[in-house]
Amino acid sequence: MKHLLSAADLSYEDAISVLDTAKQLASATEQGVGKLPPLRGRTVVNLFYEDSTRTRISFEAAAKRLSADVINFSAKGSSVSKGESLKDTALTLEAMGADAVVIRHNSSGAPHRLANAGWISGGVVNAGDGTHEHPTQALLDAYTLRNHLRGGEGDLKDVNVTIVGDVLHSRVARSNVLLLNTLGAKVRLVSPPTLLPYGVEDWDCEVSYDLDASLEGSDAVMMLRVQRERMNAAYFPNSHEYSNRYGLNVTRMNRLSETAIVMHPGPMNRGMEISADVADSQRSVIVEQVANGVSVRMAVLYLMLGGSESM
Amino acid sequence: MTHDFEPQGHTVLDSSDISRALTRLAHEIVERTQGASNLTLMGIPTRGAFLATRLGQKISEIQGNPISVGAIDITMYRDDLRSRPARALLPTTIPPEGIEGRLVILVDDVLFSGRTIRAALDALSEHGRPELVQLAVLVDRGHRELPIRADYVGKNLPTSRTEKVQVNLVEHDGIDEVRIVRES
Repeated sequence: MKHLLSAADLSYEDAISVLDTAKQLASATEQGVGKLPPLRGRTVVNLFYEDSTRTRISFEAAAKRLSADVINFSAKGSSVSKGESLKDTALTLEAMGADAVVIRHNSSGAPHRLANAGWISGGVVNAGDGTHEHPTQALLDAYTLRNHLRGGEGDLKDVNVTIVGDVLHSRVARSNVLLLNTLGAKVRLVSPPTLLPYGVEDWDCEVSYDLDASLEGSDAVMMLRVQRERMNAAYFPNSHEYSNRYGLNVTRMNRLSETAIVMHPGPMNRGMEISADVADSQRSVIVEQVANGVSVRMAVLYLMLGGSESM
Repeated sequence: MTHDFEPQGHTVLDSSDISRALTRLAHEIVERTQGASNLTLMGIPTRGAFLATRLGQKISEIQGNPISVGAIDITMYRDDLRSRPARALLPTTIPPEGIEGRLVILVDDVLFSGRTIRAALDALSEHGRPELVQLAVLVDRGHRELPIRADYVGKNLPTSRTEKVQVNLVEHDGIDEVRIVRES
């Protein structure tokens, strides 16, 4: 694995290898090993053009637990705010000897450009680009699903995953549809028609406008965040109506099968797409997703940087 | 009829040889450790872990008390990580008693350069400070590159560097045997 730009880049074997590696790394952490040695002497740059708490911290923790040197670069307060281009920033990082660049960017395709323009020789990890993809989120979701529904082994064959909310602007949904299909799961998107992307009928999943009709038979329900800036943009009449039709509350949660889990990539709008009592319930695995995120990102960095250069 | 013409190599230990060697190792361990109650066997995956389990059973039959057995993966502690694409990680299982202050015996199938054992000592130190660490191997084939030796050896097997010692175990390979294979 040289780069991780899209969940579609991962073959079935690649995806299983990331999940299995994450499992061993998580077990090392559970057994009290705070720091592992394989990335000693490697430099990982976190290049964040967009605000992010959990993803950046998660990548930073992952790289540090593998003994890599970490350089955090955020657009705010850097030469980017003085108008430096992605290219010049990339050339600077190359000159500093970055072995991998983890990039979050508000433009879809920025990681692809960074990986393929010949500016840097290291690997590139997409940590979320515009409304395009967020492959490590999909991997941590798959890891969480596998832990709860498949005993932490194998793939996700015939697991029914329902993804609810703003699919149009969601890089999490796109990456999840791709990866979950690779792993054999069955995905259903539930969203108001205005929040479905153009061309969604060609995606490898079912699409529905009706949450209530989609609850039974779901093994997992993944709620997407409704971004505040969308609330006034006429995608839906008002937040109350959205919450009524597409929010996950206790009544709806109780209609799920007994083993079904509730997921959310965070940050949550409590009371909007998910009610507070659902978010804090036994079925909610939201805090676990965050912990799993570190293990999965460790696995990605280990597989990219833990061996020889020529992969 | 020399084995040079056999592409799959030739068998040097069969199933009953392996079983006898392990029984002898178990007795040696009991004798040298004087039935110590803080004994922990740590196998190096893949095959060392199976051997540790078998040895643990044999020792506990001799001593009449259960033996603590675990596994320690050394992949991330290897000194040749950069020479190949990233390797798959294998399970590490530290027994509930831990390894702090214990008499730890590392168990592996083949002792060759000694580099695996060096890595295992590093990996072990992340989990605590044993009172004593010893090494038991099924086969010692020589050609050491580090100042490391085994305390318990199932079989000393003089080999050439162009040969490969292949240990197969029922748990992993469906058959118990040790073969010498010429590397192509």
